[in-house]
Amino acid sequence: MTGKRVRPVLLVTLLGTVLAVLCLLSLALGAANIPPDQVISALFGDAPSRFVDNVVWSARIPRTALGLTAGAALGLAGALMQALTRNPLADPGVLGVSAGAAFAIVLAVGVLGINSLYGYVWFAFGGALIATVAVYLLGGLGRSGMTPVKLALAGIAVTSMLWSFTQAIVLTDVDALNKYRFWSAGSLAEADNGMVWRVLPFLVIGAALALACAPALNSLALGDDVAASLGRRLGLVRLAGVAAITLLTGAAVAVIGPVVFLGLVVPHVARVLAQAAGIGPDQRWLLPLSAVLAPILLLAADILGRLVARPTEIQAGVLVAFIGGPFFIAMVRRRNLAEV
Amino acid sequence: MPQPKSDLTTRSDLKSARSELKSASAAPRSAGSAHHRTYRLVFPPVSGVFRPRLVALSVVLAAGTFVLFCWGLTTGDYPIGFTDVVRALVGSGDPGTVLVVEELRLPRALVGLLAGIAFGVSGALFQTMTRNPLASPDMIGLTQGAGTAVVAGIVLGWDGGLGTQALGLLGALVTALTVYALAWRRGTTGYRIILVGIGVAWICTSATDYLVAKGGRFQAQAALGWLVGNLNGRTWGQVGPLAVALAVLLPTALLLGRLLRTLQLGDDVATGLGTRVQPVRLAILLTGVGLIAFATASAGPVAFVALAAPQIAQRLAGTAWPPTVASGLTGALVVLGGDLIARTLISGTELPVGIVTGVLGAPVLLWLLVRANRAGSGG
Repeated sequence: MTGKRVRPVLLVTLLGTVLAVLCLLSLALGAANIPPDQVISALFGDAPSRFVDNVVWSARIPRTALGLTAGAALGLAGALMQALTRNPLADPGVLGVSAGAAFAIVLAVGVLGINSLYGYVWFAFGGALIATVAVYLLGGLGRSGMTPVKLALAGIAVTSMLWSFTQAIVLTDVDALNKYRFWSAGSLAEADNGMVWRVLPFLVIGAALALACAPALNSLALGDDVAASLGRRLGLVRLAGVAAITLLTGAAVAVIGPVVFLGLVVPHVARVLAQAAGIGPDQRWLLPLSAVLAPILLLAADILGRLVARPTEIQAGVLVAFIGGPFFIAMVRRRNLAEV
Repeated sequence: MPQPKSDLTTRSDLKSARSELKSASAAPRSAGSAHHRTYRLVFPPVSGVFRPRLVALSVVLAAGTFVLFCWGLTTGDYPIGFTDVVRALVGSGDPGTVLVVEELRLPRALVGLLAGIAFGVSGALFQTMTRNPLASPDMIGLTQGAGTAVVAGIVLGWDGGLGTQALGLLGALVTALTVYALAWRRGTTGYRIILVGIGVAWICTSATDYLVAKGGRFQAQAALGWLVGNLNGRTWGQVGPLAVALAVLLPTALLLGRLLRTLQLGDDVATGLGTRVQPVRLAILLTGVGLIAFATASAGPVAFVALAAPQIAQRLAGTAWPPTVASGLTGALVVLGGDLIARTLISGTELPVGIVTGVLGAPVLLWLLVRANRAGSGG
């Protein structure tokens, strides 16, 4: 019993440490590097200078907090989508959910002139929901049902279409173009102090819904029929899952832009880690693990993006796609694209 | 009990009617004896298939392309009449008009025309070779690869006619070989090549984003303007390389057309018919890549033309594969028409043509996907 418990504990400690170190690095590194000891003293309210205090509290902390929350949301959404569709290629970016949210936001901001987060976040939810349902229906057409490949293709087709529409709106509005360019690639740089607090309620509800689904998702992994005979109410589980995906992706896209592949890579890594820790494919572990791993990846990408192209920054989403693209190809190349 | 019996017959009738419908829609050629006629000449000893509908369609498309081409020359800040344009094209008429037409508007229209043809033909080659309507160059990352190379050129400072063209070619070629190699596993099945291509396309897009962010403000502006697919401000410097490339690659594509059709029957059948499958496939790949690369380098990645034009041409011609010539003409028609719409839709601002083709072409993509899924050929 103890031997069985030690390794999960070790895993959690390890991931927690990595995340803490990354948070510290994210606070310390950037256009102006601040030594870690000064960062820590600034955190405890006794900064060595006004400058350090300013940088840490008004720029770096919002940015890091945004990376933590939005990253966790996208990782959770990806894990949830992979479990719900039993599809290893599922990801809010690949399946068009992010594109739906992004298009709706551009529509709200560019055409309707809604500029407050609480104004356009509802559009993001609507767009994400519509895109999810559309891709789901499109991917399920035909006799062979919803295969991973069909679902991925449907998602990519919807993404391309929405991307064209988004471009059409953005390019007619010259002012919006520059802001959009940065946001569209997925960036943490626009973080301000209130942003995290304003999206947090949506993310918390979404995460709670997602985690509540976890036991049912374990049954769902055995197939729809078995899950139903085990007493799971499939319709209810799907409804809760889609609601969680919509909330998590919509809110995350509204603040950091459409980041592709984060939700694709992370659940697979979580699965490998869970296997190594002797837990197995248990969604009650996989979902929280994904929610921890995704911010690790996003923060690492964000920090790297600040360092490689000084004085400008590379958006975190770009670097995530650099890692995620090869991963996606490796998944596609697997002998049989088996269901998860 | 006559009632159930008649019910049964109706149902089986319905079923047979439905299956007939299905077979007719799956193989339009079987129902299309009116569409083609074989001919055989004694001297010179050639035989072939004559398709009146395809020929008529090509003529109509060519006429339409010519009209749009001239129409494009007439519109602008300084409107010129249709007859004046035609007269200026042959070099007579008011010197000012000749100058505007030949120096400012003709390069733009020519780039649109030639790039459109190249997009359409390239799409037709790829779609026929992979036997998959979704495997067009802009879906499998070639356009994006060319884009990354060209943006790298702009940002790192190798801008200018020939440099851009060569970079585009290099980028598309490297991407094509990468996608082909990564998708290879005892042959490349249709859908793996698409998904691998999409992954590669995403990586290339990220690389482009990186370059745009890294580049200076003016270079970024130039790169962004180019990246949407734009015919604004084209010069003769861009027409030249594109025209030379088409002069070489289009005849090659036409010669490959017949071999392409045997390839469409599957590798085994093609080998049995005497086609050397691998060299032919490589030749098609190189031709298609060359066309898309030069077109992309001149006009930018104009969205969805290579995907949609061959499919539209195939539907209009009623053939079972995308016809090469008609696809090219449809591509030209789409690009020139899109450019006209882009220029006249919102007065004052000139939208890039890629926006118009993107918005119009995206539903075509969705429709193709629905069809593929319905037919059960998807994934």
